[in-house]
Formats: sequence, C-alpha cells, structure tokens
Amino acid sequence: MTNPTEMNNAAIAVNRFGLGARPEDTAPSDPKKWLLGQINQYQAKPASLANQPITVNLIKEYAEQQQEMRKMDDAEKKDTKRTFRREIKDTYQEAVSARAEAALATSTPFTERLVHFWSNHFAVSIEKPAIADLAGAFEFEAIRPNILGNFKDLLFAVERHPAMLMYLDQAKSIGPNSKAGSRSAEKQPDKKRGLNENLAREVMELHTLGVRSGYTQTDVTEFARALTGWSIAGMGKDKGVNVEVNGFVFRPMLHEPGTRNIMGKNYSQTGSTQAEAILTDLANSQATATHLATKLARHFVADSPPASLVDKLTKAYMASNGDLTTVYRALIEAPESWISTPAKFKTPWEWLVSSLRGLGKQNLDNIKVGQILNQLGQQTWRPGSPAGFDDIAATWAGPNALLRRVELAQRLVAPLGDKLDARVLAEKILLGAISPQTKAAISRSESASTGLALLLVSPEFLRR
Amino acid sequence: METFNKNMINRRDFLKLLSAGAGLAFASPYISFASANTDRRFIFIIQRGAADGLNIVIPYGDPAYTKLRGALAIDVSQATKLDGLFALHPSLAETAKLYASKQALFVHAVASPYRSRSHFDGQNVLETGGTSAYQMKDGWMNRLLTLLPSSQNEAIAFATTVPMALRGKIEVASYAPSALPQASDDLLMRVEQLYADDTQLHSLWTAAMEANNMADDISAKQDPASFGKLAASFLAKADGPRVAMIETGGWDTHTGQDGRLARQLKSLDTMIAAIHDGLGPVWQKTTIIVATEFGRTAASNGTGGTDHGTGSVAMVLGGDVNGGRVIADWPGLSTSNLYEGRDLKPTTNLDTLIASITGAGFGIDPTRISKTLFPENNTNKAIEGLLRS
Repeated sequence: MTNPTEMNNAAIAVNRFGLGARPEDTAPSDPKKWLLGQINQYQAKPASLANQPITVNLIKEYAEQQQEMRKMDDAEKKDTKRTFRREIKDTYQEAVSARAEAALATSTPFTERLVHFWSNHFAVSIEKPAIADLAGAFEFEAIRPNILGNFKDLLFAVERHPAMLMYLDQAKSIGPNSKAGSRSAEKQPDKKRGLNENLAREVMELHTLGVRSGYTQTDVTEFARALTGWSIAGMGKDKGVNVEVNGFVFRPMLHEPGTRNIMGKNYSQTGSTQAEAILTDLANSQATATHLATKLARHFVADSPPASLVDKLTKAYMASNGDLTTVYRALIEAPESWISTPAKFKTPWEWLVSSLRGLGKQNLDNIKVGQILNQLGQQTWRPGSPAGFDDIAATWAGPNALLRRVELAQRLVAPLGDKLDARVLAEKILLGAISPQTKAAISRSESASTGLALLLVSPEFLRR
Repeated sequence: METFNKNMINRRDFLKLLSAGAGLAFASPYISFASANTDRRFIFIIQRGAADGLNIVIPYGDPAYTKLRGALAIDVSQATKLDGLFALHPSLAETAKLYASKQALFVHAVASPYRSRSHFDGQNVLETGGTSAYQMKDGWMNRLLTLLPSSQNEAIAFATTVPMALRGKIEVASYAPSALPQASDDLLMRVEQLYADDTQLHSLWTAAMEANNMADDISAKQDPASFGKLAASFLAKADGPRVAMIETGGWDTHTGQDGRLARQLKSLDTMIAAIHDGLGPVWQKTTIIVATEFGRTAASNGTGGTDHGTGSVAMVLGGDVNGGRVIADWPGLSTSNLYEGRDLKPTTNLDTLIASITGAGFGIDPTRISKTLFPENNTNKAIEGLLRS
C-alpha cells in the first residue's frame, strides 16, 4: 500500500465501525458519541426480520417431514426429499436476504456489524442441509438478542441452539456409561454408540479459551463427557425431558455419570448443570478474555492489532466480568481504534453491504444477495469450517477475488444509468477520504455507470 | 525465435537477455538454471479437515483394524488390494488404475510436525512449513518458487484467493471459474490505471489479468471433472504456470463417515483423472502430492465417524512416479502402538516427503530444498527413488 488516503474520525466511525455511508446520511459531528449512542438504539428484532420463521417451528417441521418420509416408498421418498431440499434452500435464501435488508435499513450500523462479528465467531455452516434451514434462525434468535449483554449469556444461547448442537455433532453424542449407552452396548455390542468430542473441542478452541491456551486432549474429552445429554427437542423420544427455549433439551438418559476434571478443577454436578458450570468457568477465564479481545480488535482495527488495544479490551472484559458493552466502549474510547490510515481490507460481505448502502439501496428489489456472495467467495453462513471466515486481508485480497468485485460492480451499477453522479457520491460516502488519482479516474470515465463502478472498486472503498 | 531451443531458454528470459545486452547474454545466470528440469509441473492438493488415512489406504492386514473401526471398517472385498497389508478405498477407482500402471504411490503413517488436533493450527503448519503454528509468515510453496529459475516460477492457486502455502515474496496468480458476466475491456483498463499507485492492488490486478488471459475454458462449472480439466488446461501450456495448488474441503467426518468419505474420495478421484487426461504428454513431467493436516482417531467414535487424530496417508501421483507401492514404516494399530493411545503414530515426516519429491522433480539439491522449504525441520535424510527419471 503506498500512501493510503487518510480518514478523518467521521469517516472512520461510518466506514470502519459502521457498514458504510448512505447518500442521504449526514456525517456524524461527534463520531464517538454517534457510535456509543447506537448501543441504546439497537433493535434485536428489526422490521426486516419480522417474518422470519422461528427455530422451534423449523425444528418441528423438520421432524414432521422426517416422520412423513418414513411412511413412504422409495420413489415417493425421493420426490419428497427433493421438495424438502428446495424448501430449505428457499428458507436459507430468504434469511440471507432478510439479513442484508436489515443491514441496508439499519440506523445503528455499528451494532449491526457486531451481530455479524459474533455470528462469525460462533460460526455454523450450511454444508449440512439441516443447518441451511436453521442458520438464519440461529443468528436471529441466539446471537441478536445477546450481543450487548454478558458474554456468558451469549455463549449459553449459542451452545444450546439446535443449529450448533447439530453442526458440531453434539446431539448424537452419548455417554458410554449413561443409561442409553449401557443399554446400547448390551443390545448391539458391535454397533458402538458413544462420545463425539467435536463441540467440546471447538468450544474451547474457537468459542472461548482459544487454541494453545493450555488445555489438553484429556480436558477436551472430559468436557465432551460433561456435554452428553445436551440435545434438540423433537428429534427423538421426548419422554421426561423439559423443552427449553429455542428447542434445547437435556436428555438425562444420554448423560455420562460421574465427576469431571477439567484443567485441574473437579465438576461434581449432575445433569445439565455440569456442562453449564464448565461453560461458566470458560467464559470467565483470562484466556477467553484475551481471545475475544484479539478477535474484536482484529475485526475492527487491523489484521495484527496493536497489543496495547488488545490489552485494554482484555482488561475491560475481566473488570466487568464479561460485560460486552463495557468492552465495546473500551474499543471506541481507545485512540488505537482511530488511526487514520485504513488497515482493513473489506470482506465480500462488508464490501457488498457498503456498496448497496453507498448506491442508496433501501431494499434489495431483485438483487439476489445470497448468490452474489457465493460468487464473491463468501457464501453467507458457509465458512467451510467452525472457525468461521478469516478476518485478514490475505484471505480476501486475492487476484481473482478482486476481478470478481470489478465484474460485480459493473453489474450493480448497470440499472442506475446516470441517476447518480459518481463524483458527488464519492465525496459523500468516502467522507472526503479520496485520493486525487481516484478522483481523476472517476471524472475521466466514459459513462456515469463506469464512474460508479470505479468508485466501488477504488482503493479507498475496498478498505476501511 | 522458433529455432531457439525452448528447453534451454524461454521467451521471457530471451527478452531479458536481449535487454541486458547481447555480449552478456551467455554469461547470464539464467542459463545455468535452464539445465534443470525447467518444464516440470508440481501440484499440491490439500485435503482440509483431516482426511481419514486409515479408511483411504486401509491397513486390512493389521489385525487391530477391524476391531477399532467396527461398523466403519471398509469391506476389503470391495476395495483394491495394494499389497499384503494395504487396500485402496473402492471410490478411488481411477487412482487404482494409476497405481496398477505404477504411476501412484502412497505414503502411510505420515504427518507434518504438528502434534495437536486443531484443524486451523494444523493447516497452518502444513502450509507454512514451520514446526508450530504461525511461526512462519510465508508458505513453503512460495519458497519453492524462489528456488526455480525466474522463467519457471509462475504459480497459480485454483481459488479466488491465494492459500497460505502459496503466500510469500513471489507473486502468485489465482483463478476460479466465475458465473458473473465479464467486465468490459474499458472497465478493465480503467481499473488498471486506478490501481497504478497502489502497490497491493496493482500486483493483485496484474496477477488476475495474467491468469484471466490464460484461461481458454471459461466455463463456470465447478464439478470435479470440469475443475480438473480447467487446472490441466493451465498447466499443460508451455508458457503456463509450473506450480499449482488445489484446495479440497469436507474431510472432517465426525459423523456419517461412510457415505461422506466415499463421496469425497469419488470427487478427488474424478478430479485427478481429469487432470491426468487434460495434461496429455505433460503428465509425464508432473507430480501431484495429496495431503491433509492430520489424520483421525484409530477407533471410530460413538457417532458413526472419527475424531481428530494424528498420522494419515499422503498420495504421490504422476507420469514418472516410481509407483505401485505403499511406503510405510508401519507402526501397527495395537493400543500400545498408538500415538497417545488413540491415533495412528506417524513414522514418516510429511515435510521430508514434500522436499524429496520437489527436489527430485525440479532437480534441486535435497539439502538446499529442505533448508528453504522447511527451515525448522530438515534433519531427515531425503527419501530416494520416488521418481523414475
């Protein structure tokens, strides 16, 4: 990067911490106050999401469909399966569109960005068809209501949500010495049923402590034992279980009995409270604080964030016992967050959302965001791994990826013709952070739409 | 120009020599490189997610195998027997043909230096060539490029962005089929001007345009056969890239492993066959390594799958691979022989395998190549005789 154009504080607030300026927006006169004010105005359920299906209904439908199929012959089953798949695909595409519309319409873009951040931190992936059905509901019901509270509440909501329990195979994990495990061992000694350590490992490695923070394979296996019984309502025989919020159930029959020892501490609780106690300790750990602080600072400020900033956020987390709003405040108050050179290369999602906002789109009309993001290499809720999408430039600033943005910019601006003047728009949405070269390139372009396309792929607009 | 021997010197070098002045031309260092295997091709296929080596190249002759795997054990009557100990998963039918014609070999109980069980750290070690995660900032494939003559060091990632293994000092192209309408020539030209003063974007754009100009098959199909064909079309070109990386995902089979692994392997097999067919005579000079970040538990888990493990299998394929054999210092699968009591114990260093293959292929001294590719892990002796030529 040679001399990236410097941003003033208003530009930083709107483009680094927000989702990009809209043509009708006025630049915030007090950028910090503008960001902090959004915490009180945040809507967990904005109008764009009002008609989205809720988890318990989706699970119920899914279970009913499975049951229906059991009665069918093979030909019928095949047809029905195809219909179900199509319905799931529609549910997914509509959820992606709703998410994007919420991002276009919001007047609290900073908190909206936090939703996207946490949704990626607690990534699920639609590679499994059932997850495609639930991914939207997971973000809307487990993430959205919990981004401004205590991290522990967010963690509990996420780890109990059916999408997570299904994605990381928890719903199938069985304590080998549980009632169900012993019975299955007697009945079918060759068909072993037992532990699956996937969720336990990723909770420690990705959701809380972070990799290389001192836990061992034994800790992972012990945690997996403690988590047995965490399951989804309506997916099996539900005698004697209490269905809790969002379709979570605890199945005592599956739970591995006994005291667990994790990182030197004994957990002698019985039932669901055992894993809850462990999760609570994980949430309160210093390693978790550092891990989350690093990820937040990396997301908002720089691929390799300043150590002093990470330290401030870690301290804010520990001092407030994991109160997320306190951490966000520390982020906004820190001078390190306001360095004037843009250090972040926008992800495809960030770039697309800021482009649509920049072009003044209030709603999507016929724009198929789901497909576009697939073309740009970041299919929503499909990060390909439980680590979520990477949050560094090296992942997104690729040769072919850049060409895709150019191709797409051309397509996005095509219907606009000369309704917008790129020269005026550039000043507005970049809030003055525009180089003479970019200005010249835009004003020299052969048509109004070429000018707009150049603005969207300009170095200043690709970064934040 | 036609009379010039392309094996000795290619057009781009020729132009460089001309500009350097004819008198200096034949004392130029470019010439000495030209004697190496300059038209060699190398492809690295990464299996992201920890592929289950024990069900890909199956140690059916190990008495512990069927006991550990239970219902997940592969029925060997359906598989291709490779020797008295190993059999190949039935989905790898085309790969089996390459094995039969001695153009494929498998290295079992292999692992990178990484010994924990995080996908992301494991892939970082596999791709950077360090011994611990995030220790090295560039990838071993990019460092391999630094050892090749400048005319032969073009590399491509068949993806929209450049994966870690290929990141580093040398500029690398990336290409993936796109379903978007192509941008107009006017826009492409203006974008080039727009990025003229921006180092990062300028270099990305140059690489994008180079790859774009080389793609003659602009089909947007992403199925394994089309993808393999596309990759081969780049690598078959005389002035095309010499080094390439292909990413595959979906190997993390904690549940429903039987069907999922069979589908994964079928795709891989189809892609390899398409690369083989598409390369034509160039296949003779091509080596492919297929490898994963680590293996999976020796025993099946309680949910019809396997959890994160350690040792796995690597495949080496190519026209002059000294194949038709499985290389393994087999540690055995009895409990006392398992790594930490649960995983296949690694007995061969994956880094050594990679250094040996690339060294033999490109004609680079084994010590030099392992020092460059794996600076933290190069004390092992190179494996001899992997290639016939």
